[in-house]
Amino acid sequence: MSPSGSTAFRDRISYQALLLGGFSFIATALLVIGNIATHDAIQERRMENLRASLSQVIPDSLHDNDLLDSPLQYHDATGRPMTIYRAVQELQIRALAWETIGKGYAGDIRILIGLAADGSVLGVRVLNHTETPGLGDKIEATRSDWILGFTGRSLRDPPLNKWGVRKDGGDFDGFSGATITARAVVESVRDGLVFFRENCTALLEAPVIHTPVME
Amino acid sequence: MDQNYGQITKDGLWNNNIVFAQALGLCPLLAVTGTATNGLGMGLASTAVFVASALAISTLRGIITPQVRLPVFVLIIAVLVTLVDMTMNAWMHDLHKVLGLFIPLIVTNCAILGRAEAFASRNKVLPSVVDGIMMGLGFTFALVLLGAAREILGSGTLFADAKILLGNWAGFLELHLIPDYKGFLLIILPPGGFIVLAFLLAGKRLIDQALARRGKPLTAVPAANQRKAI
Repeated sequence: MSPSGSTAFRDRISYQALLLGGFSFIATALLVIGNIATHDAIQERRMENLRASLSQVIPDSLHDNDLLDSPLQYHDATGRPMTIYRAVQELQIRALAWETIGKGYAGDIRILIGLAADGSVLGVRVLNHTETPGLGDKIEATRSDWILGFTGRSLRDPPLNKWGVRKDGGDFDGFSGATITARAVVESVRDGLVFFRENCTALLEAPVIHTPVME
Repeated sequence: MDQNYGQITKDGLWNNNIVFAQALGLCPLLAVTGTATNGLGMGLASTAVFVASALAISTLRGIITPQVRLPVFVLIIAVLVTLVDMTMNAWMHDLHKVLGLFIPLIVTNCAILGRAEAFASRNKVLPSVVDGIMMGLGFTFALVLLGAAREILGSGTLFADAKILLGNWAGFLELHLIPDYKGFLLIILPPGGFIVLAFLLAGKRLIDQALARRGKPLTAVPAANQRKAI
């Protein structure tokens, strides 16, 4: 174990390989442990987030079930899978909510839409977006009450051809400097309403499986 | 040894500041400094990684050979950032919602690799950790300064949303400086980051020059400046 012997050993290619391999192994092990330790807690937080968002677009008075309970797996006209959360009261479906994606100015806008069983809007919220701060972020409920303007609207109010921003001859205000953002949200809500009209029988009659509540 | 730590502190906070002197870590810097609050959050998360990476790398410096040091450093930093990200997501979820986007960006902060290479791999554990803390605080200082300048000029507020980051007690920090301010979009957007950063860099040089002049009033530097001014 002379110093020169140790130096020679450290300079050998097998030492370098072992060192890299060893570190990779330890790194992998640490990440696996970290993932196992945090996985359940992260899932729990995600569910809490989703529940909080859903409660903004479906009032608590409209359901006596857990909104995350047995969601309906469906698909839209283009075949994209979607998860539809159902508000059930006295075994009747009172409201539906699902997430949709609008094409904004700077990327996808994730929008949560809540509809009552009669096809009117209960609420719309933007979950996530990358629009221009100061212009496009007025679609957030915390920055402007623009998004609340959808509440109570339906395909009869205004009629389908008026479901657009004012600049396109529609009934909804846009924002100066961020027309594309407002247009993306309005058209996503319109598409959601059209989707509901075309599928409402299937959506409202799909059986709700009740999982027994563990006391 | 005291002087040594004093020097480390001075270097980290001012003389060799990550942003103002080394001009490193500009990718996360420009991306997140739209508001002072974001800058503060990013700065604190980066400081945690600075310290953890200094600790890990200075501890392991005996067994890491120069030939493979860079991949090993990158691996260590990436693992640390991922663990911080997962931990915050699980147990500090509200904070993670604000900072979540920025935490993976810390991996791209070459300043952390830079300190690992330049300091932690050549020094004992304690000085390395002190260096990590000071470099992190210097980085945080730069982020908050840049964020505050852009926020005041761009939206007329200061420390908006500080409550989400720090809790309700921080409400007093949230100032609305200019009422009915229409906003100055350019400053909020990425070009504004470059412009404001350039002014801050120039400002640091002016301060350094002023300090040098006051420290040595009879040297040739101020005389040369005076001649130029005339």
